[in-house]
Amino acid sequence: MRPRPQTGRKLADLAVKVLSGVFAAVALLLLGWILYTVLQRGAAALNWAFFTELPPPPFMEGGGLANAIVGTLVITALATLIGVPLGLMTGIYLAEFGSHSWIAGPVRFVVNVLMGAPSIIIGVFVYGLIVLRFGFSGYAGAVALAILMLPVVARTSEDMLALVPNTLRESALALGAPRWRVTFGVVFRAAKAGLITGVILAVARISGETAPLLFTAVNSPFWPDSLGEPTPNLTVTIFQYAMSPYTNWQELAWGASLLITAFVLFMMLAARFVLRTRSI
Amino acid sequence: MPSQGYLPPGPPTPDAARPSRSRQSSGDVLFRLGTGACALVVLILIVAIFAELIWGSRFAMREFGWRFLINEDWNPVRSIYGAASVIYGTLVSTAIAMILAVPVGLITALFLVELAPPRLSRVVSTGVELLAAIPSIIYGMWGLFVFAPWLANYVQPGLQGTLGFLPFFQGPTTGLGMLTAGIILAIMILPFITAVSRDVFRMIPPALKESAFGMGATTWEVTRKVTIRYGFKGVIGATLLGLGRAIGETMAVTFVIGNRYQIKASLLEAGATITSSLANEFSEAVGNELFQSVLIELGLILFVITFGIQAIAQLWLKRVSRSMGGGA
Repeated sequence: MRPRPQTGRKLADLAVKVLSGVFAAVALLLLGWILYTVLQRGAAALNWAFFTELPPPPFMEGGGLANAIVGTLVITALATLIGVPLGLMTGIYLAEFGSHSWIAGPVRFVVNVLMGAPSIIIGVFVYGLIVLRFGFSGYAGAVALAILMLPVVARTSEDMLALVPNTLRESALALGAPRWRVTFGVVFRAAKAGLITGVILAVARISGETAPLLFTAVNSPFWPDSLGEPTPNLTVTIFQYAMSPYTNWQELAWGASLLITAFVLFMMLAARFVLRTRSI
Repeated sequence: MPSQGYLPPGPPTPDAARPSRSRQSSGDVLFRLGTGACALVVLILIVAIFAELIWGSRFAMREFGWRFLINEDWNPVRSIYGAASVIYGTLVSTAIAMILAVPVGLITALFLVELAPPRLSRVVSTGVELLAAIPSIIYGMWGLFVFAPWLANYVQPGLQGTLGFLPFFQGPTTGLGMLTAGIILAIMILPFITAVSRDVFRMIPPALKESAFGMGATTWEVTRKVTIRYGFKGVIGATLLGLGRAIGETMAVTFVIGNRYQIKASLLEAGATITSSLANEFSEAVGNELFQSVLIELGLILFVITFGIQAIAQLWLKRVSRSMGGGA
């Protein structure tokens, strides 16, 4: 048998190896480019006034986005309060009762679909459901973000609860504990780190969201007095200020971008850290 | 996610632990009903979204009917609206993104699984995950203020110089337009396609690859003839999920696409997508019942498309993971 020619094969192999290395390098390079831009331009805009003052009029130097920072924190907190319990309970149902129920299959399917649903659709939905009846409000924004959190929390908590060995459940039940105590007292404790990770990832996901807030919470240049009216927030502010022709507003938008990016990446790393220390 | 315990995770089979109904306490009945109600909320939610979008678009449907989908005119002043230009924009920008991101994502995934030393693979993996975590609006800021000017100054003139005879690359080199939107979309879904294909490639039994190596195959030959062939179906699922994301992506596209309602062959021309028109026009439409209804119908079209893609992807991945004996 004649040996197959070697050079062509080896060249192709080398070419692909080089190409794949180049692509991986490009991915890292893009990440570096984006992070560098945000850091460089954002750091220039951050100062004391940024965190304490209201937005300035066009062309006036100074001022800050204190109102939007407060608004974003409040909306995110409220969304978490709505979205996490709902998602968690859904996750519990799927993990603990799922194999006995006809709705578990469809629910799992819908959770996956919702996870991939464009966030702007959720904005349009909440606009039709709440805003058309009660007007623009921070509440509507929080509901939209909560709907985005729900599938993330449901999915991760189902996965995490399913990882808990059944022997744990069985031994607790054998001691005569009712089902709900087994779940909250034993299974939850075993899956704690994973559940926290899911919540952190969900918060990270919504804190950078803009599209669902565009026509629910909208934006406002004033302090948020109540969530019943248009509520200032960082992401919509970034959108509006970046699209404006005023350089001082664009600078503030960069500052807000840095804040949001740092927060999201911090949450990501926190989630990894928590998961590493988990008990099961 | 890997379990690090001394007990293998195994498939979830809580049934064994489930007491018979007769011994269930009232607390447990409440527990089951409570969690079940929350799960039911999810089902109600998806029905409500469809219902709300259909109900909200009733004026537009009555006014324009099916012609809405093929009419190119978009003139809010004269109250004439057609979705053809934004549907075109969505399809073209998504197509550019897929053409760029799928091959690059696949090859990057191969790099992570097959070629890179473990430590480098971990670094690149983390980088790709961070790329996925960056919010859409940050891509928009970077795209508008940094990437688009860079394209306009360094890439587009060269593109026009060499490929300018093609209709795709004629017109203004402003940096904003369909091509820029497509490239940024590609960057945004690249980490997604990379991560899912990486997981698919990791599921391939090592024995298969080792036997190919043992026959004297090069790494590329093993990749092409074993890894890709074995993981092909999983990769298709990954591509579908990436497609769903690209179509629904809003903020980054809105920043860089230029927002013009037109159908032009040139990729350098400004355009608009379903998502960018929703983001831009909603504030204009307040108080204008027909305009609002038109926008909600655009939302409905988008949701039907992404729902369809998601549904196909879910069913497909379920089948694939069953045939591959693991969870993709």
